[in-house]
Amino acid sequence: MGLEAILQKDGFITTTIDALVAWSRKSSVWPMPMGISCCAIEMIAAADPKYDIARFGSEVMRFTPRQCDLMIVAGTVTYKMAQVVRRIYDQMPDPKWVIAMGACTSSGGMYRSYSVVQGIDQFLPVDVYTAGCPPRPENLLNALMAIQEKISKTKARQFQNRSMAELENAQI
Amino acid sequence: MILDYIPIILVLIVSAVFAGIVVLSSKLFGPQRPTKIKLMTYESGKDPVGSTHERISIKYYLVTMLFIIFDIEVIYVYPWAVEFKKLFSDFGLFAFIPMLVFLIVLELGYLYILMKGGLKWD
Repeated sequence: MGLEAILQKDGFITTTIDALVAWSRKSSVWPMPMGISCCAIEMIAAADPKYDIARFGSEVMRFTPRQCDLMIVAGTVTYKMAQVVRRIYDQMPDPKWVIAMGACTSSGGMYRSYSVVQGIDQFLPVDVYTAGCPPRPENLLNALMAIQEKISKTKARQFQNRSMAELENAQI
Repeated sequence: MILDYIPIILVLIVSAVFAGIVVLSSKLFGPQRPTKIKLMTYESGKDPVGSTHERISIKYYLVTMLFIIFDIEVIYVYPWAVEFKKLFSDFGLFAFIPMLVFLIVLELGYLYILMKGGLKWD
């Protein structure tokens, strides 16, 4: 059972709890640093004291998908790597969000090549795209703020519990 | 006497309660959506392959045993070499001959391995 199971409809208490849950979710977005290539350096720079991603509660980069809410795909995704990225995304607990960081990740960038996925939205549900090659850390922080805004608009009941049988059937 | 231990007991209780709350609250507030992939072992995005009880090739043991021979040699020879001048002035040839005997014995073992084909592992 979860909190979401109780909150089926809007109501006086529900809206307040929705706000509280959304606030706590958006204030502790733990990223999964999927640093595949050069954009990862800018992602690291975003965590340093100058740009200080800790201001947004996202300083805890976890290298296991079990503890992450946000996947920052930073770098060129090849077809070979796409399966790995998708697997790690699948292993992240719900609710989860995705930032496509940089030109390569968003659209294939300059790699108009047989080996490169032309945009990770072909296999991942991307929430925010970030322009730049690589994007500056400010740009990543901007994307993070966009994610936070998106989270603040979510309702707790959007993320209901699902049984394994139900999910396995729903998967395409 | 027991009063002295009350702070420790308090710390134990508080830490147990806090840990319990943290574990329970994620169970309580987090949506549970298990899938087969999600419950799978995390292998950096790959399928887990094989069992954890892998049998290691015997070549590995050969390398480690050879390593031990040279390691023992180094352990004894280095301090002896560093202090050799002092030892030689104190004991004369007696500082030199036992080490020579030790090295000969060791090298005989090494020669035996070499003749047996210990360094060929293809």
